[in-house]
Amino acid sequence: MTEAIDGLTAGSLTALILGPLILALVAVALPRRRLIDSAVMLLALLLLALLLPLSRAVLTHGPLVMDLGGHDAPIAIPLYVDSLALGMLWLLTLLALAIHPYASAWLQRSDHPHADDYPALWLVLWTGLNSLVLSGDLFNLYVMLEVTTLGAVSLVMLGQSAGAVSAAARYLFFALVGSVLFLLGTALVYADIGLLYMPMIAVHADASPAIVVALLAITAGVAMKAALFPLHAWLPIAHASAPTPASAVLSAAVATAGVYLLLRLWLGPFAGTWTITTAQGIGVIGAAGILYGSAQALRQQRIKVIVAYSTVAQLGYLLLLVPLAQSPLAWQGAVYHAVTHGLAKAGIFLAAGNLILAIGNDRLENLSGADQFAAKNLLVIGIAGAAVAGLPPTGGFIAKWWLLSAALGQGQWWWVAVIAVGSLLAAAYVFRILQYAMRQPENRAEIDPRVRDQSLPYALLWPPALLAALALGLGFSGELLAPFLQVTDLSPALGGTGR
Amino acid sequence: MSAVYSAMPLWVVLSSLVAAVLILIVGEPYGRTRAAINVVAAVVKLLLVTVMLWGVGQGHDFQFSATLAPGIDFHLHADALTMLLSVLSAILWLVTTIYAIGYLKDSHDRARFFGFFSLCVTATMGVAAAGNLFTFFIFYELLSLSTWPLVVHDGTPKAMRAGAAYLAFTLVGGALLLVGIVVVQLLAGGTGFTPGGFMAATGASKTLLVCVFLLLFAGTAVKAALVPLHVWLPRAMVAPAPVSALLHAVAVVKAGAFGIVRLVYDVFGLELTALLGMNHVVAAAAAVTILYGSMQALKQTDLKAVLAYSTVSQVSYIALGVGIGSPLASIGGLAHLVHQGLMKITLFFCAGNLVHTHGVTKITEMDGAGRRMPWTMSAFTIAALGMIGVPPVAGFLSKWYLGLGGLQHGQSWIVPLLVISTILNAAYFLPLIRRAWFAPVPGNQRDAGVREAPASLLWPTLVAAALALGSGFLGGMPYSPLEWARFIVERVYG
Amino acid sequence: MTPIVFPVTAALLFAIGLYGVLTRARLIQRLLAVNLMASAIFLFLIVTSTGGPHGPDPVPQAMVLTGIVVALSTMAYALVLIRHLRVLTRAETLESIVDD
Repeated sequence: MTEAIDGLTAGSLTALILGPLILALVAVALPRRRLIDSAVMLLALLLLALLLPLSRAVLTHGPLVMDLGGHDAPIAIPLYVDSLALGMLWLLTLLALAIHPYASAWLQRSDHPHADDYPALWLVLWTGLNSLVLSGDLFNLYVMLEVTTLGAVSLVMLGQSAGAVSAAARYLFFALVGSVLFLLGTALVYADIGLLYMPMIAVHADASPAIVVALLAITAGVAMKAALFPLHAWLPIAHASAPTPASAVLSAAVATAGVYLLLRLWLGPFAGTWTITTAQGIGVIGAAGILYGSAQALRQQRIKVIVAYSTVAQLGYLLLLVPLAQSPLAWQGAVYHAVTHGLAKAGIFLAAGNLILAIGNDRLENLSGADQFAAKNLLVIGIAGAAVAGLPPTGGFIAKWWLLSAALGQGQWWWVAVIAVGSLLAAAYVFRILQYAMRQPENRAEIDPRVRDQSLPYALLWPPALLAALALGLGFSGELLAPFLQVTDLSPALGGTGR
Repeated sequence: MSAVYSAMPLWVVLSSLVAAVLILIVGEPYGRTRAAINVVAAVVKLLLVTVMLWGVGQGHDFQFSATLAPGIDFHLHADALTMLLSVLSAILWLVTTIYAIGYLKDSHDRARFFGFFSLCVTATMGVAAAGNLFTFFIFYELLSLSTWPLVVHDGTPKAMRAGAAYLAFTLVGGALLLVGIVVVQLLAGGTGFTPGGFMAATGASKTLLVCVFLLLFAGTAVKAALVPLHVWLPRAMVAPAPVSALLHAVAVVKAGAFGIVRLVYDVFGLELTALLGMNHVVAAAAAVTILYGSMQALKQTDLKAVLAYSTVSQVSYIALGVGIGSPLASIGGLAHLVHQGLMKITLFFCAGNLVHTHGVTKITEMDGAGRRMPWTMSAFTIAALGMIGVPPVAGFLSKWYLGLGGLQHGQSWIVPLLVISTILNAAYFLPLIRRAWFAPVPGNQRDAGVREAPASLLWPTLVAAALALGSGFLGGMPYSPLEWARFIVERVYG
Repeated sequence: MTPIVFPVTAALLFAIGLYGVLTRARLIQRLLAVNLMASAIFLFLIVTSTGGPHGPDPVPQAMVLTGIVVALSTMAYALVLIRHLRVLTRAETLESIVDD
């Protein structure tokens, strides 16, 4: 496998991790905002450019494994890229490109005292996320989970208020316990199998109790970090207080990366342990998350909390991949859903952030007449919301189509009902926001003429528009991207599933 | 050139999409630019559709296809059935645009209104030109979404509730439709509309086919406002008059009815539908809706509510024609798709003129309206008589062919149904006409004299009325709605 | 002193830590409990590294070394955060504080 790695690929993989890391160190040493901001943008563009040949390499050679540091398997730490990882890398890099300039402008506009510290924090988080996606070593994943946590918690703390710090502390404790559980799982796996090198671990159905405990510990640990239902308690609270750009990162990138990691572990090293019952059980948890998150989102009075619960709901769709894993369409659908949801969700948060700048808070009842002064931001919320709800012609629709086809194709019609009801509920909470915004204010003069789209700097307007456009554009690129999503070899994910 | 010509359905769809995007980008303050874009796009669309109509009449095969994802194609085409809906919506878009520009002269959020109005027409064109169920669904949902901002345009709590009900019904219907379409795709490997249907070839079990048919039928019946899925329609009356006109005459209910026609003719085929016994389900749902809608219309005191329930009733003639399944009944049903559109848009324009010029919304306020607005009320009278089925207005032809078709197929129950329906139509329309022309003008307004609607409202009304009258008078001419319906049906029955 | 003592001690420490995280409201105590859990795992890893056929296994030892560094950093971070929270709210627990 290693011989398929050429110089460009090796360079790209290294750059994805070292690029943000080195820049983070530079940002700490040299806190010159404008310089660092431009450097981050350049880095994001460079990484996007590098992802193109990397995607092509995965398309031609299949999953790539690169052993680091001149060691050989199984001692080496491997970097592992397949279609799932590629989807995440594209998502993260596009998010970096859109969210960073927005965050920078947002902090500047709110006269944030620590605005200069932001780039370093984001870069550390970005390093952690890229490593999480690429790493194929269990212990290395633990370290990267911690890096990610520290970066993400710091972003929540940028909210400064007592509520924000309290939410950050709650998040930190969830994450710390999650890491310890993950570490426990890692230790048990090593004690039982003597391997940390994930591409070589293949646990079978007749696993020892230690492995079962390890699987449970790892699952619980990552679920706490990813805010998976029912371990999601910190997410809505953190979102209520975190600065808007941090919310976008948390929902679109951090939570998605957590679910990605779970799927990677479940359907990689632990693929052999699934029975019909446990696989269906994970699906049921996902379904419960979809319904619970959507129902909560419908009850909230604050936009950011609505969107946060929407994240809890939408992550549930990714868990449906476990019972449907035998269908390649389900894999395509899950990756497509993760990417579209990440882009759309970030777009909604950023547009909501602009609304908050205009009206001062994010309460629904204050939105009346927002279509007068924030029409373009509402359009972004509408389009991105349609993508989240899986309405055509957005990328979310293609994802839902594939997931539905996978469920019906395998005769598991009960997931069809869940997917359909989840989409309808999502449409309901998105339109609930728009409905408040379309209400006519009782007194038209109440609208402050100074707050208008036009008064916001350009850097706050184009990122959400770009994200929504990408989520919409994905609806037209299914044919183009499908080859990259094709899982050619389902056997590692399905070995011994007993179905 | 030939590829560009063959892709005509795409240009037809794009012409209003481009207008929608431009209008939303240009923004609120530039009213003249907006109006210019809108009217130019509507004229361009009408020209394109005319070219396409001529091409289809010559037997040209218009196709546009792009693969959206493996196995699922975005496919537009133009067959005879497509032209029925697209000609209707192209003509009425132009007429309604001019009307709406006048009607909303002092309204708020006009950029949003006209942007989504154009988007709505785009979706209707897409529904008409869709070459497979997948494409049909994309535009069907786009139609639901783009109509919502129009329904809630006033921003009042009542409008908001109506909008919520509208979305709830149409999106749930859309979800059912989507599940049905995915099953069709899995069974048949594709969803392309084929004359005579393609589901028979899948060899699926009868139970499964019935389930799929019911899913698809329920999904389309929501927009077609078949009882009991009609609830959203009367509530959506809260929207401004041009929107009501558009919803009822061309866009939403027609998309639903059109979907039922496609479902029976081009997905399941008449034979399979009859084999599954589903033609009776369609016909029964239509018959119940026809009677229920008329009964409800009798009870209403609000003019627009009368018209709304009248729509519920009248649109079901289309489904009835499909359900009876005989060639003549099909001609009647399909022709009614156009006839009802022309008559209903006239009636809604008139209702809009009444409220815009004199603030009249209730039936009781219509006393003497004919003397104050003679032109408007003449148009109203023509269209209302057409709805009742008085010759030579277009509605008569629809009912005549439906009745003949029922007898031809040995379904004589259709004749009493039509008679009862006609009596009910007369019972709620004739009193309106009587009030308008023969009741005295209320005392407090007696000195007002003749005050007609402004020209931008009156002309579209008169044009629509003339079209309704003309398509009845000239029913025997080539390219008249009736002849075109005959053309379609000849192809369906081979 | 049999080898079973170490894994049992590790399990006990982990259990005590888990109990502490779940029951203690004060953040400092919770943090110590989390740390106890981590230490228990380190102990367990060291135990697994002993007694292989080719002498001690270096991999778990490397893991523990790295783990201690990570635990130290997160601990320091968490302490700063807890102190900051106390300065802001005078709270030592996680009451639901939600901004408007």
